[in-house]
Amino acid sequence: MSDKSERLTVFKTYKLYVGGKFPRSESGRVYEVTTATSAAAAAGKGKWLANAPLASRKDARDAVVAARKAFGGWSTATAYLRGQILYRVAEMLEGRRDQFVREVAEAEGLSKSKAAAVVDAAIDRWVWYAGWTDKITQVVGGANPVAGPYFNLSTPEPTGVVTVIAPQESSFLGLVSVIAPVIAAGNTAVVIASEKSPLPALSLGEVLATSDLPGGVVNVLSGRTAELALPLAAHQDVNGLDLAGADADLAKDLEIAAADNLKRVLRPQAVDTDADFSTAPGTHRLTTFLETKTVWHPTGSLGASGSAY
Amino acid sequence: MKTENVSPASPFAYAPAPESRSVVDIAPSYGLFIDGEFTEAADGKVFKSLSPSTEEVLSEVAQAGEADVDRAVKAARKAFEKWSALPGAERAKYLFRIARIIQERSRELAVLETLDNGKPIKETRDADLPLVAAHFFYYAGWADKLDHAGYGANPRPLGVAGQVIPWNFPLLMLAWKIAPALATGNTVVLKPAETTPLSALFFADICRQAGLPKGVVNILPGYGDAGAALTAHPDVNKVAFTGSTAVGKQIARTVAGTDKKLTLELGGKGANIVFDDAPIDQAVEGIVTGIFFNQGQVCCAGSRLLVQESIQDELLDSLKRRLSTLRLGDPLDKNTDIGAINSAEQLARITALAETGEAEGAERWSAPCELPASGYWFAPTLFTNVTQAHTVARDEIFGPVLSVLTFRTPEEAVAKANNTQYGLSAGIWTEKGSRILAVANRLRAGVVWANTFNKFDPTSPFGGYKESGFGREGGRHGLEAYLDV
Repeated sequence: MSDKSERLTVFKTYKLYVGGKFPRSESGRVYEVTTATSAAAAAGKGKWLANAPLASRKDARDAVVAARKAFGGWSTATAYLRGQILYRVAEMLEGRRDQFVREVAEAEGLSKSKAAAVVDAAIDRWVWYAGWTDKITQVVGGANPVAGPYFNLSTPEPTGVVTVIAPQESSFLGLVSVIAPVIAAGNTAVVIASEKSPLPALSLGEVLATSDLPGGVVNVLSGRTAELALPLAAHQDVNGLDLAGADADLAKDLEIAAADNLKRVLRPQAVDTDADFSTAPGTHRLTTFLETKTVWHPTGSLGASGSAY
Repeated sequence: MKTENVSPASPFAYAPAPESRSVVDIAPSYGLFIDGEFTEAADGKVFKSLSPSTEEVLSEVAQAGEADVDRAVKAARKAFEKWSALPGAERAKYLFRIARIIQERSRELAVLETLDNGKPIKETRDADLPLVAAHFFYYAGWADKLDHAGYGANPRPLGVAGQVIPWNFPLLMLAWKIAPALATGNTVVLKPAETTPLSALFFADICRQAGLPKGVVNILPGYGDAGAALTAHPDVNKVAFTGSTAVGKQIARTVAGTDKKLTLELGGKGANIVFDDAPIDQAVEGIVTGIFFNQGQVCCAGSRLLVQESIQDELLDSLKRRLSTLRLGDPLDKNTDIGAINSAEQLARITALAETGEAEGAERWSAPCELPASGYWFAPTLFTNVTQAHTVARDEIFGPVLSVLTFRTPEEAVAKANNTQYGLSAGIWTEKGSRILAVANRLRAGVVWANTFNKFDPTSPFGGYKESGFGREGGRHGLEAYLDV
C-alpha cells in the first residue's frame, strides 16, 4: 500500500456565498489565508491554507440585493418552518463536524479537543435559536390593556436586511452566535467573515445551502472588513448593523455612516471582546433587530339591545 | 373671536363659547429649573413665548446655553445616586403624586397649553391632559415591579437622561419622556421646544408640589443649540429625542461611538387606506381625525389618503362637505375644531410645501373659511391628482394638508403605503376583518389603526419603523429605553 501515501489531496476552492450561489469575487481578487499559530496570531505568519475571495464593494451590493430579495419570503415564513430550518442547519453541521473541527483548529490555533468543543457549542447554538423562532413573539409581544373599546396588540416583526460584521477572533462560534439570532428573528443577513480566518464562515455557507435555508437569507463575504463594512453601513437598503467584529474606531465610523437611514445598530458588546462566545446567549441579539408593530382594532358592541356578557 | 365659516342662518352656526383664561396665572418671566430652583441663564439670555393664535407675548423665558446644560447635568448626576437607590415603591409614590396633581390642575394646564401651542381647548382638555396624567399613573406602577418586566432580575437605570421634545404635544411628550425615566430610577434633564416652554415650567412647579427631590428633574427651555449641547454632553447616559428626522439623524451621529443609549421618535407620512367596502361616514371622520387633529402637526398623522378608485368621488364629496363644517378660530373656544399653527416658521413651511404641491401639478382644494387677521393660520387643505413622485406625497408637511392618492387592489395599496422613507403610522378602513389583518401584517409601520385613527394609550407601545426612528414609548416596551438591558 505504498502508493496510498503518494495520493495528492484535493484542495477546496473557497468561494463567497451570495443569493444561494457560490460566486468568486466579481473583482477576481483573492488573499492568502494561513493557519494561526495561536489564537492571537496574525494572518500571514502560519502555513498557507487557501486563497479566499477578496470581496469588493460590488460583491457587497450584490449581497444586499440578494438579501432584500429573500426578505419577503423569509420574514413571512411561519415561525415553525424557520425553526425547523435552523434545526436542520444543526443537523447538517453535526454531519460535517470533523471538517469544522479541523478548520477551526487551523483558523484559531486551537488543539483538536478545544476546537471540537467550539464546534459542539456552535451546533448547540443553532439548536437554541431554532427553538426561539416560535417563542419570541409571545415573550416580547402581546395584548395591551388600553383604556377604551379597542383590542390592541403588539407584535414583533423583523427589521429587514442586517449587515453582520462577524467577530474577528471567534471565527466559528462567534460567527454562528451573531448570524443565528438575526435570521431566527426573520431578518436576512449580509455577513462579513473574520478577516484573517474566513474559512469556517465560507464553509458554513455550504452547510446553509444544504439546510433548506432559502438562497439570500444569509450571504457570506470574505475580505477586508473595513473595505466591505463602510459601504454596507452606508447602504440605503440595509436596515440593521451588528458591529460585533469592528474595532472601536471602525465601529464609530460605521455607526456614523449608519445614521444616514437610521439603521438599527448593535454596538460591540462586552461578550464579543471576551473572544470565545462561550457564555450562554440571552435574547438581546434576537430583539435588537425586531420592530414592534401595534395594531388597534375597535371592539364595538353588540348593539343597543346586546350585552357583552 | 371665533371666525364663522358658515352663514349665520346655517344650523352649524354657534355662539362663541370661550374657556376662561382666569384659571391660569402666567408669570411675566420664568427661569430655568435646575436642581430644584428657578434660575437665570448663565449668560442672561431670554426669549419670548408667544400665543400663536394672537401673537401676544405670554411670557419671557430664560434661554439655556451650554453652561446651563452642564450645570443641569451635574445636578441630575448628583441626584441620581439617591434617586436610583430609593426603593421602587417610594419612587412610585412620587410619580403617583405627580399624576394626581396633574389631574387636579388639568384645566389650568389645558388652558395654558392651548394658549402657548395654539391647539383647540377641546383637544388639550380631552386628549392631551388626560393622557399626560394617565402616563404618569401607568409608569408609577412600574417603579417597584421592574424585576417582573421581562428584562431579567434587578435591571439597573442608566443614569442621567437627556431628553429633547417637540412643540406639538408639549406636556404629553414631556410625560412620555419623564415618566418612564423616573420610574426606572434615572434622573432627567429635559429641553422643551422654544415655541412651547410654558407647560414644562409649570410641570417644574408640580415637581415642587410633589416634593420630588432636587435635581431629579431639570427643565431647560432653549433652542436647538441647547438640545445639541445636551445630547453631546459626555455625562449624559441616555438620549431620547422626539422631533424631525433630520435632527434625529444628526443626534445619531453625535452619539456614535459612545455608550449612550438612544431612542428616536421622528417624522412620518402615514397612509390612511380606505377600501371600497368601508363605512364612508366613519372613514371620513377617521380621515379628519387623522390629518386635522392638532392642525396636522402630528408625527403619526394620516397625511396620505389612499382611497380605492371606485369610491374616490363619493368619499371626496363627503370629505369636502365635512371639512366645510370644521370650525377654525379661537383655540380657547370650546367649539373650535382647528386651532392655530404653532409658529410663523411652521406656517411658512406648510405654505411653501403647499405651493410646491400646486407647482408640481397636484390639484388644491381648501375648505372655505375665513382666517383670523392676527396669528398663524392655515385652512384645512387637500390635494388630489397626487402621484407618488409629488413632494406633497413624500415630504412630511406637518400641517393640515392631506394628499389623496388612489389604488385599485389591496396589493397596490400596500405597495403605495410602504413607499416612503418613514414608517410610523397607518390606517385601514374596511368592513372585512381578514383584510384588516392581512393588510396590517404587511404595512411597515409601528402603529396601525384599523377603522379608527390617532388613538393613544400609556399601555400601548408607540414608535416607528425605518426613518421614523427606533425604540418604543409606552407600555412594558417603553421601559427598555431607560434600563441597562
